Formats: sequence, structure tokens, C-alpha cells
Amino acid sequence: MQASQNKNNEQMLTSDGIPLKKKLSKALFRSRLRAFGLVTPLLLLISIGFVFPILVFLTRGIYNDTFEKYMVNLTPVLAEWNGISEPTEEMFEALVLDLVWLKETKNIGKVASRMNREMSGSRSLFTSSARKAKKLEAPYKESLIKVKKKWGDLETWRAMKVTSHSLTPVFLASALDMKYTAEGSFIQKSEDRRIHVKLFIRTLEISLIVVIAGLILGYPVAFLLANLPIRISNLLLILVLLPFWTSLLVRTTAWIAMLQGQGVLNDLFVVFGIATDEDRFTLIYNKAGTLISMTHILLPFMILPIYSVMKTIPPSYVRAAKSMGATNWTAFWRIYFPQTIPGIGAGAILVFILAISFYITPALVGGQDGTMISNFIDYHMRKSLNWSLAAAMGGVLLVIILFLYWIYDRVVGIDNMKLG
Amino acid sequence: MANNSFVKFENVQKSYDGETLVVKDLNLEIPKGEFLTMLGPSGSGKTTCLMMLAGFETATQGIISLGGNPINNIPPHKRGIGMVFQNYALFPHMTVYENLSFPLEVRKLPKSLREEKIKRALDMVQMTEFGNRRPAQLSGGQQQRIALARSLVFEPELVLMDEPLGALDKQLREHMQYEIKHLHEKLGVTVVYVTHDQTEALTMSDRVAVFNDGVIQQLASPPNLYEKPDNAFVAQFIGENNKIIAQVVDVKGSIVTAKTLKGNLLKSKKVNCDTVGSKTTLSIRPERINVGVKGENTSEAEVLELIYIGDHIRCRMNVEGDENFIVKIPNAKKVSNLKIGLKTKVSWATDDCRALDRLA
Repeated sequence: MQASQNKNNEQMLTSDGIPLKKKLSKALFRSRLRAFGLVTPLLLLISIGFVFPILVFLTRGIYNDTFEKYMVNLTPVLAEWNGISEPTEEMFEALVLDLVWLKETKNIGKVASRMNREMSGSRSLFTSSARKAKKLEAPYKESLIKVKKKWGDLETWRAMKVTSHSLTPVFLASALDMKYTAEGSFIQKSEDRRIHVKLFIRTLEISLIVVIAGLILGYPVAFLLANLPIRISNLLLILVLLPFWTSLLVRTTAWIAMLQGQGVLNDLFVVFGIATDEDRFTLIYNKAGTLISMTHILLPFMILPIYSVMKTIPPSYVRAAKSMGATNWTAFWRIYFPQTIPGIGAGAILVFILAISFYITPALVGGQDGTMISNFIDYHMRKSLNWSLAAAMGGVLLVIILFLYWIYDRVVGIDNMKLG
Repeated sequence: MANNSFVKFENVQKSYDGETLVVKDLNLEIPKGEFLTMLGPSGSGKTTCLMMLAGFETATQGIISLGGNPINNIPPHKRGIGMVFQNYALFPHMTVYENLSFPLEVRKLPKSLREEKIKRALDMVQMTEFGNRRPAQLSGGQQQRIALARSLVFEPELVLMDEPLGALDKQLREHMQYEIKHLHEKLGVTVVYVTHDQTEALTMSDRVAVFNDGVIQQLASPPNLYEKPDNAFVAQFIGENNKIIAQVVDVKGSIVTAKTLKGNLLKSKKVNCDTVGSKTTLSIRPERINVGVKGENTSEAEVLELIYIGDHIRCRMNVEGDENFIVKIPNAKKVSNLKIGLKTKVSWATDDCRALDRLA
């Protein structure tokens, strides 16, 4: 004690003269090591099996070397070309060389479909030209244009120049309904081809409605759970958790049975005269279906954080407010409600992030206007096999989520969030 | 007293489950300006009484009136009663200033008047410079003061306090006891105070109602409560107490003569025993016993244990077969004579010994 006071401006020393900080970190090191050891298996699993593959896949959104890898002769020549002047004989020669080689190694299909993404119709241009490439003779420019007139188009060459860059914003641009030109500028796609931005907006809109509906439905339930005697509230809590015991697929299918034209709900509407037998409500295979079933499925995630926060609010606050003359409503709105905001924040952000990436439910009940961005990512993953575009869309979605998370942190504060 | 009673409980009963009564037939009148404490062990019904008065519990039976008007059917927010809670219940999302402003805002007071009242209330508890703090940034004692100021800021005529000092450490608790007492004297507000701490009750109150088992055991001023307990429960609950079981052999006026198990005849004041031949509990305060000298009542004693407390020595003795007979000896010169195993005499005045409770 005395020693440490004497050397107030120096380091504090322990009784054996070692700096206190050093001694402390040494003492803490072992316990830190043990704590780290406990989480290592999970950390390894997640980083090897989850984080790393995702990161690798996301790079596809900005990196695709199909062209560069197979068009070995043409790529360097294209890099020198300014994209405006007439293609030279040298460029044609390199192209023919590559086509011949691609035909021999049977890799022409890969390049053709990669090019087709940039310029529709170029698949047949490549495959048919490659078939005849071996027989072509110099001057290659003329003979190639004779095979396919399109080789004379400047646009074809510009598309090849764009594709020849492996590190490219093409897919990101496409994910946002834009086109990246050979000059390096972005232009909006024609109106009838813009779908992604609309889908992103719809996805955000559906998620937001699900959050608000969940809040309106879930808050009173959480309040009830938190204020009932423990025996009854435990029973009700089991009912809230009950949906987790069945698969998501089953719950969604149940909604199909409930909501379809000849379903339970429409039958009831007819019985009560709300709808006529011929003119039933369309509650499924559209946005309404997506909204209803997603709200139901995500409701527990809204109720539980709010409930756990409400549990910690002692009844004496509301009592104190009332004793000071506040009516029931004032006591609730000014005293009780503000204290539940951390729970609302946690529930809302949890539901929102789950909703924004919802996939199975909109796929099953969404129909045309109820599908979400994840369904489109899936389409590009499994049907069109445009993985680069899928990765770019996934990347955009991730950025949107992180951005909203950042806003949330700025407005509400992450440390203000309570999950229980 | 009956016509100037401010708070009045008339035949009030309370049951939560319809099977047992938590409060059994309570009758209590509190005049304006009094500091009344409800004292009792947990589960004795004292907090329930307070909650019924505040309006958070309904009386199952009986009438509670405030200022002459029955308030059974008036909701809590219209009763105009200030309240201090056990855990202070300061609103954590508001500053101290906003906390104090709340009761004035719901009363729709103009801003200037609000500011004036808040300032006065903060001055009163010497917390003027803490207005911008949040409750979590205050110590326990400071929070307690703010809770006090908040319950008084809208100038209620009645303030209820539900074990408000329970969470404070001993020194702070004692300090706050005096502070609340002085505030009460200064403001003249009626206070109903609930506690299970007998020292707190004795220190602060004008009158104390000792609760047990849903019934007021005794309602008296602190000195009367300590000096003249009505029954064994009160004697035991308020301060320390020695009990000697004896059989009544003679009753003359207010003096009872009783025979102990060892055949010793002891005289005591009659409180609630009258039949000759019945058993009774003789109750004597530990500090009223003299050691080593003869007196009005004398008994043989053997020292079993000596505990040094500081200002006094606590001596456990075997008196009349009771091995837990406690004598408090002031820490003066002669104490050193006492040793464990010493056989001596103890004596006390007849006035200090009370014959309580008939025993079966």
C-alpha cells in the first residue's frame, strides 16, 4: 500500500516487485485460456463449416474468372482495346485461337453461358462459331464475320471486354437492376427488366409489416404472461412455445389448409355471410398469405423477449405512478411502456432479421406477389445456375441487414436490447 | 379522538383465498398529523393494511375512510395519498427531476409552479444539485431521499411508507430515521409507516400498532409499548425479555404473587391474569435486573455465559430453571467479578415485572 502510494506516477508494484498489471494479466491469462478452450470446438465448426464457405461464396458476387481462365489469348488483347474503335485483326485472331482450343478441350459451354449472361443470344454465337473455328483461315476478321454476322457488331466485343474482367461489379449491378458498360459506367436496365429492386423493397415491406403485426399481437400476450400467476403463465408460455415443436413446413402447410379458397377460414366466411360461395377471399398464394403465415410463425420470437423484459419490471412502479395520481393509461404509457422498450427492440430486430431472409414460407404460400428476395436467390442458385448473381444478391441483402442493424444501434442502442 | 380521526379502519377484514383471514376485524383510528407505525413480523397483515389504505388491495369486509369519506371504491390515483415503496420505485428511465415532476404533471400543474415545488422538495431532502441524475446514478440513501421527496412533492395529507429503509445499511438507516422524523415534525403530514424493525418503530412513531396474526396486539406510544406490554407477544417482539413460568397463588389489587417451578414466590404487576391457580408468564426486561444484591424479588442464579458487547455485558444465566435468562450489565467497574460458573443472586423491583398471558 505504502509502496504504491509513493510511486503514484509510476507503475504499481506487487509485494515482490513485479508490476501489478503484468502480474494481473498473468493471473487472468490461464482463466482466459480455459474459457477459450471451452468454445474452441464450436468456434472451429462455425468458422470452417459456416463462415469460411459463406465468405468464399460471397466473393463470387464480385469475382468470376470463367472468361479470363479459358480465353487465354483474347483476354490480354481485349485489355488493350479501348472499347470504341473497330476490333482489329489481332483481336479476331486471338478469338479464333481460343475458340479452337475451347472446342478441343470441351470447355466452350462454360464460356458460352457466361457470355450469355452478359448478352443474351451469345451462347449460340459462341458454340456454333467454335464448331467451325478450326477450318477458318486468315484474315480471321472477314472469315469469322462470314460465319456469324454478329462478330462484326461492336456490342459483341464490348460485352466480351466487360466479361473479360474477373473482378467485376457486373453482378452487383445486376442485383440492383443496373448494367455495367464497357466504359465503366452504370446504366439502369429497361423498365420491364427491373425486378430485383422491386423485390428488395417488397422484402423489406413484408418484414416491416410482420414486425408491426407481431408487435400488436404479441405485446398484449407478453403482458398477460408477465402478470398472471406463475402457474397459469407457465401453461400459457408452453402454448406460446408449442409451435416450435412442429416443423416450419408443417405449420406453413397448415396455413394452406386454413386459408385456401375452399379452406376452413373461407368456409366460415361463407357461413357467416362475410363472403359468398362464388366470390371467396384469396388469402393464399399472394402477399396476404405470406404475411399471415409469417406473422404467425415469427410471433414467439416477438413475445419471448418482451415477456422476459416485462418479467423484470416490479409492480411497484405502476403502483407508485398511480399513488401519485396517474390514471391507468398514464401509468402504463409513461411508466410501464418505456421500460419495455428494450424488449420491444430486441423482439423487433429479431423478427425483422428472421423475416427478411424468410424462404420456405413465401415459397409455399407466396404465389406471385408474395415471394421475397430469398426465393429469387434460390432461383439463381438452383434453376438459372447464375451463382455469381445469387452471391451478389445475398451480399446486397447482407449489407442491407447490417445497415439497418447499424441504424438500430444509433437510434435505440444495441446495449439497450434485452433478450432475457 | 373519535371525531377528529383522519384515517379510519372499521371492522376491516381481508382474505386472499376465501379460506383464511390475513386481516381479522381491524379497527384503527389515526388522527391528523400523527406518525403511526404498523409493526409486526412478516405475514402479520401490516403491509396488507397499508395496501388497502393505498387502494392496491380491496378490503373483503369493512369500511376504510379518509377524512370522513369512505374510500373503498375510490381508485388509488384519486385518493391523493403519497407513498414510499420498499425498493423506492423511482422510475429508472426518468431523471430525478422528471421523477418529481411526474405527480405534478398528471395533476396538470403549470410549469412554473411545478419547478417551484420540485425545487422546494429537493431542498427539503438536501438533494438540490442531483436533479439531472438518473436513479441508477444515486446511492441507496440518495434514492431513498428522492423517493421521499417524490411522495411529498404534491403535498398529500397522508403519506404511506412501506419499509422504506429496509435496503439501507445500519448507519444510514438510523440517520434516515431521524431525517424522516424531522420532516414529519416540520410538515405536519400524517404518516402511516410499516416496518418489522422495532427500533425503527420506537424511534420514529407517535404511536405504534403491533400486528400479529392479522390482529393489532397493542396500540400504544413507544414508551408504553416498551414499559407496559399487554401480552407476551408484544413483550417479546419489542426489545428483549426474560420469561419465567409460574403459578398464580394470590392476587391482591394490582399485585400478583406467583410460585415458580422451584417454589420461589415472586411478586409482579397484574396485566392479564386473574385466576388463582392458573399459570402465567412473568416478564422482566434484561436491563432491569440487579446482580449480586437482594431486592423486592430475589432469585438464585448461575452465570452461564458472558458476552462483551461494548457499552454493556450480556450475561446468560440460569434463573429458576431457565437457562436463557439474560441480564444486561452496564460496562462499569464491578463487572470483572463475574465469571462463568459463579453462583450469585439476581433481584428486581415488583414494578418491573409483569404477569402476562394466562397459560393453559
